Amino acid sequence: MTSSFLDAIREALHEEFERDPGLLLFGQDVGAYGGAFGATRGLQERFGSQRVVDMPLSEAAVLGAACGAAMRGSPAIAELQFFDFASCAGFDQIVSVAAKSRYRTGIACPLVVRGPVGAGVRGGPFHSISPEMWFVGTPGLNVVFPSNPADAKGLLKSAIRDPDPVLFLEHKALYRRAKQDPRLGHAAIPLGMAQTVREGSSAVIFTYGAMVSVCVDAAERVEAQRGCTIRIVDLRALEPLDHETILGAVRETARALIVHEGPERGGFAGELTAWIVDRAFDALDAPVLRVAAANTPVPYAPVLEDVYLPGSSDVVSGIERLLDW
Amino acid sequence: MIDDYPPEPPPSPRSSERVRRDRNRGDRAGLEPDQLLELYRLLIETRRLEETLVRLHRQGHIPSGVYRSLGQEATAVGCAYAMKDGDLIQPLIRDVGAMLTHGVTPLALLRQYLARVTSPTAGRDLNNHFSDPERGILGPISMLGAMIPVLAGCLFADRARGRRHVAGLAFIGDGGSSTGAFYEGLNFAAIHELPLIVVLENNGIAFSTALESQVPNGDLLRRARGFGVWVSRVDGNDVLACYSATRAARERGGVTVIVAETFRASGHAEHDDQRTVSHEIRQSWADNDPIDRFTEFLSSGEHMPARELARVGREVAAEMTRWRDQAIEEPSPDPSTQRHGVYAGNSTPIPCSATWWRGPPPGRERVHSV
Repeated sequence: MTSSFLDAIREALHEEFERDPGLLLFGQDVGAYGGAFGATRGLQERFGSQRVVDMPLSEAAVLGAACGAAMRGSPAIAELQFFDFASCAGFDQIVSVAAKSRYRTGIACPLVVRGPVGAGVRGGPFHSISPEMWFVGTPGLNVVFPSNPADAKGLLKSAIRDPDPVLFLEHKALYRRAKQDPRLGHAAIPLGMAQTVREGSSAVIFTYGAMVSVCVDAAERVEAQRGCTIRIVDLRALEPLDHETILGAVRETARALIVHEGPERGGFAGELTAWIVDRAFDALDAPVLRVAAANTPVPYAPVLEDVYLPGSSDVVSGIERLLDW
Repeated sequence: MIDDYPPEPPPSPRSSERVRRDRNRGDRAGLEPDQLLELYRLLIETRRLEETLVRLHRQGHIPSGVYRSLGQEATAVGCAYAMKDGDLIQPLIRDVGAMLTHGVTPLALLRQYLARVTSPTAGRDLNNHFSDPERGILGPISMLGAMIPVLAGCLFADRARGRRHVAGLAFIGDGGSSTGAFYEGLNFAAIHELPLIVVLENNGIAFSTALESQVPNGDLLRRARGFGVWVSRVDGNDVLACYSATRAARERGGVTVIVAETFRASGHAEHDDQRTVSHEIRQSWADNDPIDRFTEFLSSGEHMPARELARVGREVAAEMTRWRDQAIEEPSPDPSTQRHGVYAGNSTPIPCSATWWRGPPPGRERVHSV
């Protein structure tokens, strides 16, 4: 019996709805239909339409209602059908209302905004983005980006219990692809703890989301050719960021590569590189390098999208450049 | 079938005469003398507070601009007077009067503008941007329209938790009603029949943008009718009319938009000289000051001896001076706390709201019990 990424999201939602009778979810088509990708299947049937709320086609209403409920003391989840649509009016409720509430008024806003992100499923320019940097640059928000079903479940449970807003980014290419055996556990995984998914001492790759499996594949190829060992750290959350694990890995390997799916320019690699250089420049034997997507919108044609996305070969080249420096 | 287009020619030009009802009517909206006196005190308090802020601004004490509600005080005070303790009020920047009516002290506003550590946001935000949902205050943010769906979400959550007695009162302007978020929130509330009253304060101008550049034919009533909710229209400079319309909406339940016709007799902020507002328009509203009108109403009948009004005026002035002196003496935030409180883990508690809360006036609590 294996569980998919979607199963993990579903299980986390059901378990958290059962645990906290005050928890609400707002989204479009989340009720009888079960959500555009099926993440909320069965939820309304079990917990009612006053807790799992079908919303009009309005991101401002989805995010506004969820913020209002959260600030009123009912933890709330807002589901976006695609995270690209956070750019609609609901963006204001995320960055102006939720993110600033605690700092400027002392009012907590226990909100989770979750939904599918990422390219590789031929979704074109409006159903494919990796929006993490919209939110990493906004103090007051947490940004979580799981890479596998077990993490998705445990991290979503923590996100729902967190007293502050959490942007929970689910890579849609993982929804059905990523399987895990045995069955998922029931424990929450604390936010802000990176996971070393592969040990190694020649270099370290920091990555997250769907790029984790791409990096594992690339590391195996390089190791087979060169007899080195590549460590891979799945960041799991970009805020809060696990500084301790990052610093330890840099000091132990002396060579760091950062891989993400969002565009290179203004991407998380730039931020993380500056942070590493500032604190561990003395430990580095090579500059921190990065592999990221092209600085373009996400194109539709499969041959174009495949060029856009960082692939295993791009990561292999990045590792080789790093090792040969 | 298209049945109402093209629209009737709009009434033009917009003037106070068009909306004003019998200004000297004897109807006191069912309120007792002590309640009328409370309304009077709140109106005077709002105006004195803003006058004090303007002076402090000119003296260089206030780091930000000052945004006042001169000429619009009756809308904020009258509408809020029809709400109950525990209801949620979501004001805009010109609805300080609604906050005072719902239980906030003027001292809180003075501290906010002066950026004192004792202010409800400990100096993190300015003017009336502060919240305490448990006490019924959901403060504004600068993005107009954004809080309407948020208030709807509060009301939805309340109902889901069995708190069906809570109603919401939000304010939006002629400018803010052009935003999508405003309509999106209203629509969600209407679908779920949430007890939401939105006062659409039509002061005829959004910063410097005239109503005719805001909505086709300058017809806000028509815009409001398009939302598919209850709509009423009141003379926004008649405090009792504002009160009655809001009270009726609250008792009916569901979503109501009240278009309140009023006039902003000052600039957008103290830096705005109102250069785009014509002399004719200003003149047409010159004898329509809401506080003058209410004073005249109270003095003309047998509602209130003149000495009572004078006494209230003196008390408010003395209190305002005391609060101003107190706020000026209070300290700024400690710069070392600048990074605190972004997340729960590094929180410094914002000062207890008990320091800025006095509760609504006693007479208001009788409004819905008679």
